[in-house]
Amino acid sequence: MTSSTPDSSGGRTTASRTGSLQGNSRRGDRLFFAASAGSGILLLVIMAAIAGFLLYRSGIAISHDKTNFFTTFEWDPDNILKPSFGIAVLAFGTIVSGFIAMVIAVPLAIGIALFISHYAPRKIAQPFAYLVDLLAAVPSIVYGLWGALFLVPHLAGLNSWLNTYLGWTYIFQTTHTGAPARNLFTTGILLAIMILPIITAVSREVFRQVPRSHEEAALALGATRWEMIRTAVLPFGRPGVISASMLGLGRALGETMAVAIVLSSSNVLSLHILDAGGGTFAQNIALKYNEAGLPGKDALMASGLVLFVITLLVNGGARLIIARRKEYSGANA
Amino acid sequence: MAKRIDVSGLSAYYGATKAIEDISMTVEPRSVTAFIGPSGCGKSTFLRTLNRMHEVIPGARVEGKVLLDDENLYGSNVDPVAVRRTVGMVFQRPNPFPTMSIYDNVAAGLKLAGVRKKSVLDGVVENSLKGANLWKEVSGRLNKPGAGLSGGQQQRLCIARAIAVEPQVLLMDEPCSALDPISTLAIEDLIGELKERFTIVIVTHNMQQAARVSDRTAFFNLAGVGQPGKLVELDDTQRIFSNPSVQATEDYISGRFG
Repeated sequence: MTSSTPDSSGGRTTASRTGSLQGNSRRGDRLFFAASAGSGILLLVIMAAIAGFLLYRSGIAISHDKTNFFTTFEWDPDNILKPSFGIAVLAFGTIVSGFIAMVIAVPLAIGIALFISHYAPRKIAQPFAYLVDLLAAVPSIVYGLWGALFLVPHLAGLNSWLNTYLGWTYIFQTTHTGAPARNLFTTGILLAIMILPIITAVSREVFRQVPRSHEEAALALGATRWEMIRTAVLPFGRPGVISASMLGLGRALGETMAVAIVLSSSNVLSLHILDAGGGTFAQNIALKYNEAGLPGKDALMASGLVLFVITLLVNGGARLIIARRKEYSGANA
Repeated sequence: MAKRIDVSGLSAYYGATKAIEDISMTVEPRSVTAFIGPSGCGKSTFLRTLNRMHEVIPGARVEGKVLLDDENLYGSNVDPVAVRRTVGMVFQRPNPFPTMSIYDNVAAGLKLAGVRKKSVLDGVVENSLKGANLWKEVSGRLNKPGAGLSGGQQQRLCIARAIAVEPQVLLMDEPCSALDPISTLAIEDLIGELKERFTIVIVTHNMQQAARVSDRTAFFNLAGVGQPGKLVELDDTQRIFSNPSVQATEDYISGRFG
């Protein structure tokens, strides 16, 4: 890029001032290039260091594991006689709670974002948007406390209702009714509330970017407001909404404190999402780290690596979905 | 398939600002009427009142009557959505839906109207693209994105999209201002063909264009900055460009304006 810059922009060289066309000592350009390239390389080095460290320590941990790392339910890496630990419960809990959070948060966030960008009068939209941004700034420990002290007791009623009327679906069936709702379902709801602001904020900005001319094209064809949104706004915003959802999912998968407070940790893997107990990667690390010995810490590291890989896979999948429809993205319009 | 437009006493506002004042005119069916005049004189605003697109801008409102044959578009129980299905519009910048294929762009209006049958859609898409002189260029790539076409092709795609719903009237807001001369010529030829089927109203800054394509020409002007735009005169295009009855019109078309 630097070589194609017209001479006039970098013309503050001795050479061009004296009328000669020679000389190429644009110091500002070179400094900036070095600074930005250096930052980029530094990022790669840090990532490689983290990945290498995780891989090394995980390797040690897994080589000591006496059971299958991927299918074992229990987490007992510090057992000297028979260290055995596995990620089955953690992976299940992480993915299920993240899934529940997405199912609840994404449609809600799209609705709120559309309300702010296309339905609400400006006087209401602005403070409302500010309020949503504010929600994103609440620390997760506060969400966790609220979840444990408010959500858990208040969801008991909903849980028994779901069990009674939707118990036949198997997933909403619960064997111990009346137990505190410290289950994956509650965790999912709490995570949904926590990731709602970020998905809403990004989607709202994407919806606002929809060119006025596309909206008018739809209206002039005889579209109602909702039809206009369906024809022009939602398809245009689709890649952005997917990216926003991935940001939210990333937070949900990695959320630690709130889950640690709300979900009662156990070695149980149950498709009954209303049954108390379960675990997630981040929660497990937070709960076990302080008491873990060296093998225990390595084992936690190994679970962290798996979470890292899951996040990468999910993001890669989303990128694929976006890339497949790239020529329809509207970026070339 | 074409209706007469009868406007009487029409004024349009943006909030408290009056953009155009007390406009009355008649547009004959199956004719091309061109609106000319300096920038800011309210031509486009007036055009947008003819399909109730003016009021989609927050704070914008309209006073007066627009009769389409005998029905007032601003009647109390008229649905603006229905009006826009009857009075189609082509915009200044080509605006095909970027997320849709060529086929889906043309079919968009029909799908909004609830037509789902593939055979019907196929027929209308082909006829509309033929009607917009675009079929030969795109028939082999109907499933490619509409945004991948050239500017002139995109504008003809937009015309195909507008005529696919068989409107009574076709409004064109400076449809060639973003196009090169060859694409402009293609659109002008197209306008000549389309007027067999539709009542066409076109806003243009290009007076040669108005002279070439239109049967009647309306000249708009404004008394000064901040003043509302007014209709100065409407007459046969030939008369407007050879022997207009108002001095201001002659000044404008001969370049002595301002």
